[in-house]
Amino acid sequence: MQVAVLVIYLAALLTPWLFPRHQHRTAWALAAVPAALTIWFLGFIPAIAGGETIIHEFAWIPGLDISFNMVLDGLSLMFALLICGIGTFIVLYAGAYLQGHPAQGRFLVVLMSFMGSMLGLVLADNLITLFVFWELTSITSYLLIGFNHHQAEARKAALQGLIVTVGGGLALLAGIIMLAIMSGTYSIQGILASPEVLAEHPWFIGMMICILLGAFTKSAQFPFHFWLPNAMAAPTPVSAYLHSATMVKAGVYLLARLHPELGGTDFWIVTLSAFGAFTMLTGAFMAVRSTDMKKLLAYSTVMALGSLIFLLGVSTELAMLAFAAYLLAHSLYKGALFMLAGIVDHEAGSRDVTEVGGLRKQLPLSAGLTVVATLSLAGIPPLFGFVAKEALLESMVEGSVFVGLMALVVIASIFVVTVAAVIALRPFFGTFKAPKKAADIHEPPIGMLAGPVTLVALSLIAGLLPGLVGDWITLPASHAVAGYTVDGYLALWHGFNLPLLLSGVSIAIGLLLYKHWDAFREKIAVLNPIIARGPERGYFHFMDAIVWIAEWQTRKLQNGSMRNYLRTITLTFVVVTGYTLLTRYQLHWNWDVTLHFHELVAAGILVAAAIAASITHSRLGAVAAMGAVGFSVAFIFILFSAPDLGITQILVETLTVILLVLVLFRLPSFSNISTTRERIRDAAVALTVGVLMMFLIMITIDVQLFEPISDYMIANSYPLAHGRNIVNVILVDYRALDTLGEIFVLALAAMGVYAMIKFNPQTEPGANHFAGTLILPPKKVPEKDIVHSLDEIHQKMLEEQNILDAEVNKDVVAPDTSSEHPPGDYPHNDERNGENDASDEDNHKEDNRS
Amino acid sequence: MMKPGTLILHAAARFLVPLQLLFSVFLLLRGHNEPGGGFIAGLVASGAFALYLFTFGAAVTRDLLRVDPRNLIGIGLFFGMISIFPAIFNGEPFLTAQWWPVMLPGGTEIKLSTPLIFDIGVYFAVFGSVMMMLIGLTEAEEH
Repeated sequence: MQVAVLVIYLAALLTPWLFPRHQHRTAWALAAVPAALTIWFLGFIPAIAGGETIIHEFAWIPGLDISFNMVLDGLSLMFALLICGIGTFIVLYAGAYLQGHPAQGRFLVVLMSFMGSMLGLVLADNLITLFVFWELTSITSYLLIGFNHHQAEARKAALQGLIVTVGGGLALLAGIIMLAIMSGTYSIQGILASPEVLAEHPWFIGMMICILLGAFTKSAQFPFHFWLPNAMAAPTPVSAYLHSATMVKAGVYLLARLHPELGGTDFWIVTLSAFGAFTMLTGAFMAVRSTDMKKLLAYSTVMALGSLIFLLGVSTELAMLAFAAYLLAHSLYKGALFMLAGIVDHEAGSRDVTEVGGLRKQLPLSAGLTVVATLSLAGIPPLFGFVAKEALLESMVEGSVFVGLMALVVIASIFVVTVAAVIALRPFFGTFKAPKKAADIHEPPIGMLAGPVTLVALSLIAGLLPGLVGDWITLPASHAVAGYTVDGYLALWHGFNLPLLLSGVSIAIGLLLYKHWDAFREKIAVLNPIIARGPERGYFHFMDAIVWIAEWQTRKLQNGSMRNYLRTITLTFVVVTGYTLLTRYQLHWNWDVTLHFHELVAAGILVAAAIAASITHSRLGAVAAMGAVGFSVAFIFILFSAPDLGITQILVETLTVILLVLVLFRLPSFSNISTTRERIRDAAVALTVGVLMMFLIMITIDVQLFEPISDYMIANSYPLAHGRNIVNVILVDYRALDTLGEIFVLALAAMGVYAMIKFNPQTEPGANHFAGTLILPPKKVPEKDIVHSLDEIHQKMLEEQNILDAEVNKDVVAPDTSSEHPPGDYPHNDERNGENDASDEDNHKEDNRS
Repeated sequence: MMKPGTLILHAAARFLVPLQLLFSVFLLLRGHNEPGGGFIAGLVASGAFALYLFTFGAAVTRDLLRVDPRNLIGIGLFFGMISIFPAIFNGEPFLTAQWWPVMLPGGTEIKLSTPLIFDIGVYFAVFGSVMMMLIGLTEAEEH
């Protein structure tokens, strides 16, 4: 099964090579992959229906209990079949739908990557692996929604989907980790098999909230449902595949997967059935308001996802049966309907039901398929949708569901009938109207029709033979969700009972509503102001707040002043470390050290050079003094027999000098831009850090917290790592992962420097203030807040200094010096040390160039 | 700012650069047993080219390097990454050092190993990073 996932990724990898050669025919080749996998998965049906669970093991990071094990049981088999089966037709459909689109290759790559990720998600046994695939589906979904990235609308929708699902993903990660700590393993099979009762654990509620946040955001439950209809900005194949049949069911899948362990508790039942029912109503109601076919379908998808969560919440034996049937039925008809909506859009030029009509003569086949598929959506026999809806209503009636929630469900099912009627009748019947001429409208190529034909046929067959589908596919899935053997069967005819009555009533009222749909829509337009204040508004407020905080903290913390950065970093270090130090350890004054004369000399030079660097009046002098500091340190390293460190230090010092020489002449003239008070404050900060470091060193001499690891390293350096230079052995063997990270950091830093040197900021000044443009319209920044360049600040400071200096000069500095210096070169010290100078002045240099 | 054409510097650079490069390779290879190693060797190599850079300018140095310093960083990271993998083929965790001692005719033993590959990666990454900054700055200077 690992191979199955890999093969799909491999196909994605090959696409950029195939596409330029075969253009839209690439899709036919690519569709062969999921088609073959579908057949392969079909082969597992007898074994799975016989109650087997197939596990393919593969170790990934055994040390962290992260495996690549894949498990195939009823639930994952049903999902795998949907993913590969519908995926086959979606790829074909995409080949025809986007024929001639220059970026079709890119589209197919991402689509295939999504397919692989989704398949990995439903097969993964390990929670961490599952999470990785989960996030991959979010990312590929982002890329697919934003496929038409030249449209601001698509970008916005893509980002919204990403932020909502990935935000939920973060909560999910927290939930997964808590779950693993509680049960002691990351393996889902292990968790399900563990005898511990998690519901009594004190973390249970917290863990559940985190996992539910992840699942609800992914599966577009109220109040996170708003991203799904916006995601319809994606090309239709994506809406049909990701946003109805597969990805949005990931959250449902996860909850179903964990149901045997987490389900059945009061918290679970109340939360899931309440959120599910409310989502059903929201989705159905919003659908009735819409006129765009894709929006209609998207909201009805929200409603269907709500139903699935509701059924999981009811969590009776019958509900499990209904859950699997409803999931299958929904994927079949909704995938087909989306593809058909795409056909209408593609052929007639619009998918707004108020703009198209009477297309049945031009698109006879599509019209027929749509009608049959909507019968399934509305739950009318003999389609599989009816079977599923009956099961849903029956489990609701028999389960102990709060009456209010039942009412919500019934109202939702009335609305859905109306929605189904709108989709089936409006575009195809009545008088002809379409943006395109009637003669130009004709049935699409076979690639686009293959999917709807097959899916609708399956809906019909499954509806006529519910027992067969039940035994082979949905019942095993129900077993997996329930965690025990579900006793029951699916049937078209259950006799006259309450569910059938409810069904009949909802169909009748729904059709009545359809007759007055236009009037009804106008009536409920009254509610628009309330809807405008819905959860999506909250999302925008949230994004606004993020931008506001980012702006605020950039102004306060990231203001470009090296001195501020250093002060913040060092003070944080002093406070945090100092606090720990003073509260936990006793200071011992250990003056009992033997000092040699040459060591004293080295230390003396070091201190003298440091002092010289901080009070010198010339930049060159500061550089030289810092060099002296560096070389003294190198000397001390060598004295205490650390030749590697010594050599490195010397080389780094040398290169620093070379770098400084390169930038020295480009720097603005030496000036003092801080007041005496600022300088005293900075000196105090520096001294505090120095004193703290001294304390730390004294303690490390005195206190031994752990056995030193160096003994082990010394002992094993040669026998294990075949090296006598322990420093190097640590770098390239013992701690090779750290070093690997470091060279990546080094590379990134080098690229940052390169970017600073090479690329002039061509954008207008203050462009960086508009970091929020991706999400929100650009904000007007008052002219006075825009920082055009550091030179400007510099100039302003100099002007202030001129006034200040005139006063200061009287009593501090000899008056003759200031008159001789060119403007800006003030005879004051720069308290910054050489290293700061280098980077700080890099900035100056940059701005000079711009 | 640098005037190319000082005769002594020219002559010295021509001789010193190959020597320094050789020395850097020497430091790299002996690093496992004696002071040295990829990081130090990379710095020495950059020192060599820095000398060349100061003598002949950025364009000539680029010619001498043949490879763009940015690609050198890439090569370094690539070597660093591939040294990770041999271990899994032996069923050991990632990054476990693998040793392949080779006997040369004449009785000298050369110990090839993944840490050596890794060290070469460090060498190139350091070398490339420093050269990228130096050449970048010099070019900015020359324009």
